[in-house]
Amino acid sequence: MSASLVLATLPPVARPGLLRRFIRHRTALVGAVVLLLIAAIALAAPWIFPRNPLRIVGRPEIWPFLDARYPLGTDSMGRDIAAMLAHGARASLLIGLFASVTATLIGVSIGAAAAWYGRWIDEALMRVTELFQVVPGLVFVLSIVAILGGTMANITLAVGLVSWTQIARLTRAEVLTLRDREFVEACRVLGLAPWRILLREILPNALPPVVVLSSLTVAAAILYESSVSFLGLGDPNVASWGRLVGEGRTLIRTAWYISALPGIAIMLMVLALNLVGDGLNDALNPKLGRR
Amino acid sequence: MLPLLLRRLAQGLPLLLGVVVLNFTLIQLAPGTFLDVMTAEQQVSDPALIERLRVTYGMDQPPWMQLLHYLGSVARLDLGFSYRQNMPVLDVILAHLPATLLLMLSSLAIAALVGVTAGIVAAVRVNTLWDNVLSVAAVFFFAAPSFWVGIMLTVLFSVKLGWLPVGGMGTLGLEGGAFARTLDLLRHLLLPSVALGLFYSAVYARVTRAAMLEVLGQDFVRTAHAKGLAPRQVVLRHVLRNAALPIVTLFGLQLGTVLGGSVVVETVFSWPGIGALLLDSVSSRNFPVVLGVLLFSALVVILANIGVDLAYRRLDPRIRGR
Repeated sequence: MSASLVLATLPPVARPGLLRRFIRHRTALVGAVVLLLIAAIALAAPWIFPRNPLRIVGRPEIWPFLDARYPLGTDSMGRDIAAMLAHGARASLLIGLFASVTATLIGVSIGAAAAWYGRWIDEALMRVTELFQVVPGLVFVLSIVAILGGTMANITLAVGLVSWTQIARLTRAEVLTLRDREFVEACRVLGLAPWRILLREILPNALPPVVVLSSLTVAAAILYESSVSFLGLGDPNVASWGRLVGEGRTLIRTAWYISALPGIAIMLMVLALNLVGDGLNDALNPKLGRR
Repeated sequence: MLPLLLRRLAQGLPLLLGVVVLNFTLIQLAPGTFLDVMTAEQQVSDPALIERLRVTYGMDQPPWMQLLHYLGSVARLDLGFSYRQNMPVLDVILAHLPATLLLMLSSLAIAALVGVTAGIVAAVRVNTLWDNVLSVAAVFFFAAPSFWVGIMLTVLFSVKLGWLPVGGMGTLGLEGGAFARTLDLLRHLLLPSVALGLFYSAVYARVTRAAMLEVLGQDFVRTAHAKGLAPRQVVLRHVLRNAALPIVTLFGLQLGTVLGGSVVVETVFSWPGIGALLLDSVSSRNFPVVLGVLLFSALVVILANIGVDLAYRRLDPRIRGR
């Protein structure tokens, strides 16, 4: 076990503003509970609402809390909003998770390779990173969706492609500080293969701050996906929160709840993920404090 | 300053070149021939137009020749031709640019004003009710999608209260002079700017608070207090000035995301800018415009970062030597 892992498992050092830290951790707890709740709903959606959430069930534009069969009301086509929200949670979480995993894989590979090999490889990889940083994320995602089509897989890939740059920079910085530590030199002296040192010794130590960033990337990815489907460019066969907000937009004069409810769902999910990310940051990187 | 500006511009050039290559890769990834898809979707049958697209993109040559061809076209500022507007792509983009710049700048102004003020208050009154309320508000606005905030603002201020227009950039058939027109524009600008700006104000608040707290603990702040300066002066002239660097950095970093955010907000408010143009082009698979917007927005971000870099040097003499 290496130095930073030991540090990470120790309880955080007490600092001034104990109350603030306590509150912050409590908010992380609240975030975790909300997130678990949403995840539970997403997982249970096929059992709670076994039929296709996009099918028409009743009269259109029933307001929430008026009809016990449709607790959150129906939309302009008479579809059950509660069912669409539950199934939409699945889509959002899945896209968010996979996009974040994609971004993390790309970012860690590029960042680690840049720091480990150095010289022109570092230079070239960092230029590529810069390139992806100057292209506005949503514009790039929309371009990919326009050219390759708005399937779930394409959206996930596109969001992953625009989200890895920060992870790459962070990984590079972490690996750079670890590269010349004694325990790495010891590994070299022992004659371990370079790739083994990188994969087994350096990366595990570089990961805690990266994990925090990845968790925050899930939130950003969910916002991207909701924007794409809000604009009507997502997969039309998938119940999505963003799409529902977009579809309700034309009815804000008579039935504004159709837009309001899924928006609240998006906000709660992103909020919960951000709070958990902040909490993870405090727990995993007590030295770094709040970024 | 000038040699530095030139050096930065020269450094930005390879990046722009990279974006062009990225664009080209996207074209190559398109299923079927890019040109086929495009002409089929748009039902373009005019042979002269197809020929013109073929010339711009050099479609009948091997990929590396096509890339050179495309680079050459971009270097001549030929981004292709948009049959939808029947104008060169560059002209289409430039026609939509002012509306977007206006929206971006006004929402960034709102974000900076609201966010920096909130950050200062939270930092000066750290760990009080003020700080907590502002932090909670920042967390909420940081999580709310701007399109949704925009719709909710419309429901409240346009539909229920009837104070502000639902969308567009001006009232059709408005009588009156320049003053009335400006007022009308501002009324249309307010909701979209707030919808887009609130998210970024949350970011500004967080960064300002953290930067201020860092500076507040330093010795020269105590000195300033000790020599009897008014607290307001200490905070605004001594602390804020030294906390300004991260805030300025944020401005450059965010320009790109604000541009992206304006796509959705422009859609919500029917604001006739680049975002609305992009969405229209994406929906109609008008690829030359899509790729033109991608390239153009990258250029805006590169230029903004150069601007921030120069501003940095003015703000912090310590960086000037480097």
